[in-house]
Amino acid sequence: MAKLVREKTPMKEQPVGERTSNFDEVPYGYSEEEAIQEAKRCLRCKKAFCVGGCPVEIDIPGFIQHVAKGEFRQAARLLKEKNVLPAICGRVCPQEDQCEKVCVLSKKGEPVAIGRLERFVADWEAQRGMVEMPRKAEPTEKKVAVVGSGPAGLTVAGDLVQLGHEVTIFEALHKPGGVLVYGIPEFRLPKAIVAREVEYVEKLGAKVVTSFVVGNTCTVDELLQEFDAVFVGTGAGLPWFMGIPGENYNGIYSANEYLTRTNLMRAYLFPEYDTPIVRGKRVAVIGGGNVAMDSARTALRLGAEHSMIIYRRSKAEMPARVEEIVHAEEEGVEFELLTLPVMYHGVKGWVKEMECIRMQLGEPDASGRRRPVPVDGSNFRIEVDTVVVAIGQSPNPLVPATTPGLEVGKHGNIVVDSETGKTSKKGVFAGGDIATGAATVILAMGAGRVAARAMDEYIRTGKW
Amino acid sequence: MPVNKILKKTELAPQIKLFEIEAPYIVDKVLPGQFVVIRAYETGERIPLTVADARKGGPLVVIFQEVGKSTRQMGLMEEGEHLLDVIGPLGRPSNLDRFGTVVCIGGGVGIPPVFPIARALKRIRNRIVSILGARTRGLLILEDWMREVSHELYITTDDGSYGTKGFVTDELKRLIGEGMAIDRVLAIGPTVMMKAVSEVTKPHGIKTIVSLNPIMVDGTGMCGACRVEVGGETKFACVDGPEFDGHNVNYELLFARQSIYLSQEKESMELFEREHTDGKAG
Repeated sequence: MAKLVREKTPMKEQPVGERTSNFDEVPYGYSEEEAIQEAKRCLRCKKAFCVGGCPVEIDIPGFIQHVAKGEFRQAARLLKEKNVLPAICGRVCPQEDQCEKVCVLSKKGEPVAIGRLERFVADWEAQRGMVEMPRKAEPTEKKVAVVGSGPAGLTVAGDLVQLGHEVTIFEALHKPGGVLVYGIPEFRLPKAIVAREVEYVEKLGAKVVTSFVVGNTCTVDELLQEFDAVFVGTGAGLPWFMGIPGENYNGIYSANEYLTRTNLMRAYLFPEYDTPIVRGKRVAVIGGGNVAMDSARTALRLGAEHSMIIYRRSKAEMPARVEEIVHAEEEGVEFELLTLPVMYHGVKGWVKEMECIRMQLGEPDASGRRRPVPVDGSNFRIEVDTVVVAIGQSPNPLVPATTPGLEVGKHGNIVVDSETGKTSKKGVFAGGDIATGAATVILAMGAGRVAARAMDEYIRTGKW
Repeated sequence: MPVNKILKKTELAPQIKLFEIEAPYIVDKVLPGQFVVIRAYETGERIPLTVADARKGGPLVVIFQEVGKSTRQMGLMEEGEHLLDVIGPLGRPSNLDRFGTVVCIGGGVGIPPVFPIARALKRIRNRIVSILGARTRGLLILEDWMREVSHELYITTDDGSYGTKGFVTDELKRLIGEGMAIDRVLAIGPTVMMKAVSEVTKPHGIKTIVSLNPIMVDGTGMCGACRVEVGGETKFACVDGPEFDGHNVNYELLFARQSIYLSQEKESMELFEREHTDGKAG
C-alpha cells in the first residue's frame, strides 16, 4: 500500500501578478496524472462519511476509484447519476464544509480534494466532446414547469426529465443559469461552463424559455392550468441596502447590480458590449461573504488601485470560503475589519467618502459569532469613488406577490416542507434561496433533488 | 416562445421610431402604465421602454428615441428582423379609476406612454384634457392618437412653431388660472418637465402622477440601479413604480442618477458613429 500523503495534490493556478489584468479563470484544474495521483489518496472507507456530507448524495468513493484507475468516462457516468452540474459544483461548492470536512484523511492532514476531482472529471468529459446521456424513463406525458434556471431549477429539471416528464424551464433573464450567470464572476466560474451544463439539461430533454418573467408574463396559477406541477426556484434576488444617509449617491451599487453588469451584461468588455460600469480607482465593498469577495476581486479586474473589504466583524467570522478570502488577499484586496459604514459624503451627486465607525467584538450572538459593538467616537472617513453593498439579499418577491395561497415567511421566503419541497399551495413546490434565503449553490441543488422526488410522486399519484 | 419580430417600423420624427412587434404573450398581459425591457442584439444594453399600444390580437407598439448607442443600433433594424429579447410586462400598472377631470401631459417621447393611460381613463368616463409638448413642430408625435382619446387637447412647442409657444406648464397654469376643476394630473416626459409640472400643481393640491425613467438593468427588482427617493424612502422604480406621486419625488437625485454613465455613453456613441461613417465612406 502506498504511503499516506498528507497534503492534497496542488492545483495549478494563474500567476497572482497576471490574474487581475483579465477575467480568465484562476485555477487551471488537474491534469490526468494529477487527478490519478490525488484519487489514489482516497482510503475507500467502508462507511463513507463523505457521501453523507454531500447534499446530492454523490457516490464519492465510487467515482474517485474510477479516477484512480484512469477510468474517467465511468467516473463521469457515476458522478452524473446524482449531479447534473458537476463542472459547476466542482468549482463553487464549499467542499470544506461538506464532503471534505468529514473525510477521514482530514484527521491526519488534508482531506481528499473531492471538489477538484469532480471538476476534473466533468471537464475531462466535456473536453472529449462526447458527453454521455443517461437512460431516460418512458415518457409519462406529464408536464412540469420550473420557474428559474438557477442551480435548484436545473437540478429539478434534470431529475424530472430523466423520469420521463416533460419539463419547461422559465427564466426571467435573457440567459439561463440564474446566479451562476449574473452573480458568480467569470474568473471563478466561466460562463461557457454554465452554458455547457445548461445545454446538457436541454439535451436531456428539458425546454428552456428565457426572458419570461413568471409573475408578470404569466402567473403561477396560469402555469398550473397547463402543467401538472410547478417548481419555484427564483432565488434570492432582492438586494439589501443598509439604509444609511447618502446611500443613493452615484457610484454606490448593490452587489447584484455590480456583478450583473459585469457578468451577465459583460460591462468589462465595454465598449464592445454596450452596458457600462463605473471603473472606480478606490472601491469599497461592504460585507464578508463570497459575494463580497467576488465584488472586490471584480473591482481589481476593472482597474481599481485600491479594492477594500469593509467588514464589521473580524476575519474569523467572515462567511466567505477560505479559498475565496485567500484569493482576494493574494490579489491585493485590502481588509478593513471591525469597521461599519455609517454614512456617505458626496460631491455633485457622486460618493467621495465613506464615514465609518470602529467595532469591537462582544458576546456571542444568535449565530454563535461574537457580536460587533460600535466603539463610540471612533468615526473616521475612507476616500472612495465606488462602493459595492454586499451585505446579502432576500428572496425574490415576484412569485410570492403574484401567487395567492402561497404561504410566505417573515423574510419573504416561500414556506416549504423540507422533506418534500411542498408549499402551501397544491401542485406548487419550491426550493433553493427562495425558500431558505441566500445560501449556496449545492444546498439549492439538494433542495431541488428533494423536490424532484416528491414532485414525481405527486405527478404520478395525484396525492398531495 | 418569444418571437419578437419587427412587423412594422415607422419613423415618426427625426430619431424617433415606432416598432410594431409580434409579442402576443406580452400583448395579452400588458396594462396601461407598464413597460417592457428590450435587448435588441447580443452586445446590446437592456433598455426599458414604455408601451405605447397593445390591443388584443395586435402587435406590441413601442416608440423610442435614439439617444444612445443601443437605441441607435436598434433603430437600424428593419421590418422582418427579430429583436433578441423583449421582456415584460414589467412595473405596476396605472391606477385607473373614475377621477373626474384628468389633465394628461406628455412631453416628447413621454407622449406614447400617456396614450394608453388616457384612452383607458376616457373609457371609464373621465374627462381627458391633454397637453402635449415638444421642442419644435417636427418633433411632436402622436397628435392624432391623443386627439382621439381627449376631450380637449392643447399643444405647446418651445420655439412656437406649432400650438402655443412655451412649455406644457404654461398651458397647465393657464387652465388652473381659468378655474378648471382638475381632479388629477398625469405627467410623463423629460424629468425636468415632470418636476416643473409637480411644482405647478403642488400649491393647488392637485394629485399629480409622474412615470419615472431612471437607468435600469434587469427591470425585475434584482439590482437596484433604478432606485429613486419618494417621500424620503428609497424605491425601485422597476417594481415599485414606474408611477409615483410627483409631489414626493426627489428630482435632484433622479437627475444625478440619470447622469452616471454620461462619459461612457459618449464614448460608446463616438465609436458607433466612427464605425458607421467609415462604413459609408468605404
